[in-house]
Amino acid sequence: MIQPVLLEIGVVFLGIFLLMMESFSFKSNKVTLAHWAIFGLVCVFILSFFIETNPVGMKNSGFYLVDSLSLFFKRFALLATILTLILAIDYIPIVQRLVPAERPEAGSGEFFILPVFTCAGLMWMASASDFIMIFCALELVTISLYIQVAYTRRSLASLEAGTKFLVLGALSTGFFIYGITWIFGMTGETNLALIQKNLSIVPEANHTAILFGLAMVLVAIGFKIAAAPFQFWVPDVYQGAPTPITAYLAVASKAAGFVILIRVLQPFFVLESFQDKLILVLVLLAALTLIYGNLAAIPQTNFKRLLGYSSIAHAGYLLVGLAAIGDAFAGRAVVFYLGGYFLMTFLAFLVMVPVTKATGGDDLSHFNGLARRSPGLALAMLIAAASLAGVPFTVGFFGKFFIFEAAMNQELYLLVLIGVITVASGFYYYFKVIRAMYWQPAPEGCGEVAVSPLSKLAIGLCTLLILVLGFYPQLLIRFLP
Amino acid sequence: MSSVSPLLFLILVPILSAVLVMAGANPRFTSILGAALNVLFFLAVAVFFNPAQADFQFVSSFPVVPQLGISFTLGADGLSLIMLFLSVIVTLAAVCVARAPLENARWFYASILLISAGVVGAFASVDVFFFYMFHELALIPTFLLIGIWGSGDRQAAAWKATVYLATGSFILLLGIIGLYLIQPEGARSFDLRQMVANAQAGQVPDSPVVYLLLLVGFGILVSLFPFHTWAPQAYASAPAPASMLHAGVLKKFGLYGLIRLAVPILPESVQAFAPILLTLLACNILYVGYCTIAQRKLDLMLGYSSVMHMGYIFLGFVALNQVSLTGASLMLLSHGLTIAVLFALCGEIRERTGTLDFSELGGIARATPKLGLAFGFAAMASVGLPGFVGFAGELLVFFGSFASGEPQMGFLDGKEVFGFNGYQIATICAVWGIVISAIYMLRAYRRVFMGPLSDRWSRLPDLTGLPHAAIVILLAIMLFFGFFPQILVNLVTPALLLP
Repeated sequence: MIQPVLLEIGVVFLGIFLLMMESFSFKSNKVTLAHWAIFGLVCVFILSFFIETNPVGMKNSGFYLVDSLSLFFKRFALLATILTLILAIDYIPIVQRLVPAERPEAGSGEFFILPVFTCAGLMWMASASDFIMIFCALELVTISLYIQVAYTRRSLASLEAGTKFLVLGALSTGFFIYGITWIFGMTGETNLALIQKNLSIVPEANHTAILFGLAMVLVAIGFKIAAAPFQFWVPDVYQGAPTPITAYLAVASKAAGFVILIRVLQPFFVLESFQDKLILVLVLLAALTLIYGNLAAIPQTNFKRLLGYSSIAHAGYLLVGLAAIGDAFAGRAVVFYLGGYFLMTFLAFLVMVPVTKATGGDDLSHFNGLARRSPGLALAMLIAAASLAGVPFTVGFFGKFFIFEAAMNQELYLLVLIGVITVASGFYYYFKVIRAMYWQPAPEGCGEVAVSPLSKLAIGLCTLLILVLGFYPQLLIRFLP
Repeated sequence: MSSVSPLLFLILVPILSAVLVMAGANPRFTSILGAALNVLFFLAVAVFFNPAQADFQFVSSFPVVPQLGISFTLGADGLSLIMLFLSVIVTLAAVCVARAPLENARWFYASILLISAGVVGAFASVDVFFFYMFHELALIPTFLLIGIWGSGDRQAAAWKATVYLATGSFILLLGIIGLYLIQPEGARSFDLRQMVANAQAGQVPDSPVVYLLLLVGFGILVSLFPFHTWAPQAYASAPAPASMLHAGVLKKFGLYGLIRLAVPILPESVQAFAPILLTLLACNILYVGYCTIAQRKLDLMLGYSSVMHMGYIFLGFVALNQVSLTGASLMLLSHGLTIAVLFALCGEIRERTGTLDFSELGGIARATPKLGLAFGFAAMASVGLPGFVGFAGELLVFFGSFASGEPQMGFLDGKEVFGFNGYQIATICAVWGIVISAIYMLRAYRRVFMGPLSDRWSRLPDLTGLPHAAIVILLAIMLFFGFFPQILVNLVTPALLLP
């Protein structure tokens, strides 16, 4: 049995070790670094099953929380990073073309190492139970992501994405800090558990000030999870960033945002007078996000951008689940949805990277006739799109079902109705990629798309899990907090 | 926990055949073999079925989400047995009729087989959740079948049908969740038997909202007026096997669902909303009926006619008595068989002539007498001529619905006189609908098969081989049950749970 905090320390050490290797080893093939990173993360993932669940000494520190939710998201972050690295290995030729350097492989090593540091930040975030700790972990994640988004320096789109992400990220950080100071000023604490304790003795007159602080914090988290009206950075950044980093942003960063949201809201939900207002805010956010994400996705012709809007839409469904948090099953529904979202989004990106490499672009038209060239890849993408849309017998359907069930049980009828209407528009834009693959003829002179064995394994596993969980969700539910 | 239900094999055979086809087996041969095997499996199940027993038989259950009472439960009673029969026999006919496209024959047959697995699964499910899930299995194959191998404006038709059906099915999902949530806490389950038991114990409040969600959701899937506009275009554009399965079997899912769920659990709401539904179904019969007359192409005409005939079954459902519900159940089977034959023949004609425009066709019964005869039979069956099972169904629906509701008494010149209530007015509209359907069917027959034969069509080949056999079998079944409808009535009666 090992101390849980050793997991994060292990990941940080892995990152430093890889940096050393990058600097001092004379190997020109940087892909080896990625293999080492994947190996190391897999080891940490395995170790995560042998940790002390009730560690001595950590209990009362107040900074670091060990519960089933944090453990689940640590594994989530580890797996997401592993898949991102697999994507990065496939994507590296494009990165090398777009990074100015003397030799093609120079300057591509950090592309594999930065995600490891991000991973450590994500894992800390899952355990953070103090505003200061949350802030530090958040900054570790965000700052390493700034670099990764702007990594391909010769691509203007990537630079633009990096700048946008940096400016808006900094702005949201400002909101976050400002909110924390208000809450600290009213309750005298930054620790979430102590805030909850102090809330009951704060005089009624000061509640408005606390709500104001909380609203600022919500704005900042809204940026992270890409909820409308704080979503406007998403399409450009997703489209401009290197594809593996887009996947990382869409899955890991968003999931971490939701963990923080769950943690931050928890103490405030206990008080009756806050509960109604918070639910109202969440309902409004969810409705806006659902409508904006789904409707704006309809006219898109670039697949990466489409996935950006789709990630906004999925944030909307997750917010519906959070608004229904009073239901006994809602918490698990949200986490289940995140698990399903992980699988289907990564599957879509895993198919997209080799296709982009073979056809030279990531528009929907680059998928034309894929079913005739690579039936296996097309089938995987078909399943990913079906799951994202919410077709039964895929994990995406069960995710939506659980969330709608919880919301109906909490009598959020209007929200559910908006959800259903937006699901229908989701069918339209996700099926556009199916149409491109199956209806349209393949362009001349295109052969089968080459896929590396590691990607093949990942694609196979994701596809299988989507289908198995689409029939037997209990497999994942039993691991949920 | 019981042993494995034989019904599971009925679902697995088409899925496995589809996997084999995708993996590289001869697509046409494998599909026909799989479909034929399924018919044999079904006959074996039917032999062991005990018609005297009212409850579900061959039940097996496997918990999937125990927290919410979802389990993968299979089982069959008389009504579902009839629907399963319809599913397997139409599947066999569909794969026999299917013309392998030049390229990608694998996906074509695999899509057909997946639709078949979906309908069999839906009708074999006792769990409402899986009943819903299996129906949705057809969504993507239909999208691909219409979009890739359809004719006419196939892309628009595929989009329209997909978005309509997705919307309808998610509204339906809300209805099903609502149905679950109005169950008493502690006894909540998606198991149909549990739901009905709760309702019979008087523990389920009759929720009009849930009924409306179910009605709109199922209504979109069944193409109830005014949600019907996706259907004619989709059926006209789809390749023949897809229309056969979709119009013949899959669309019956909605009405089957209403008879299964709304009748025993929400009878008061059904009666409360009867005036609205009666108006809508009268529009289905009259308005869509007149639209059908106006069509100038055979495929669109058949598409509209299949929408129109849903009105009769809705009438049988909403009248909510033993006779009308039995009639509605019979019509589920009869309409499924009839429209499958008609779409199969329509596909055969398109295959031979390349056009279905009435103005270009004419007299082809001279060149293809068997095809003409078969179409004549099917057209008569569709109109509801005695001797076909549709006649028995329509008759029961009319008798049942005319007897439904309170008699309306009015005063004329101070004397008390008899007046018609809503059910009776709708019944009269429906009877007029028979005249309408006779007009369009006979007109179509005359335009396509009668009259002078132009030189263009003088060398058309007649029906031969497997498509011929499949169509003859379907017609024979229609005639057989037309003469012995009592077999079906005996099967259905114990399954109908009247309030």
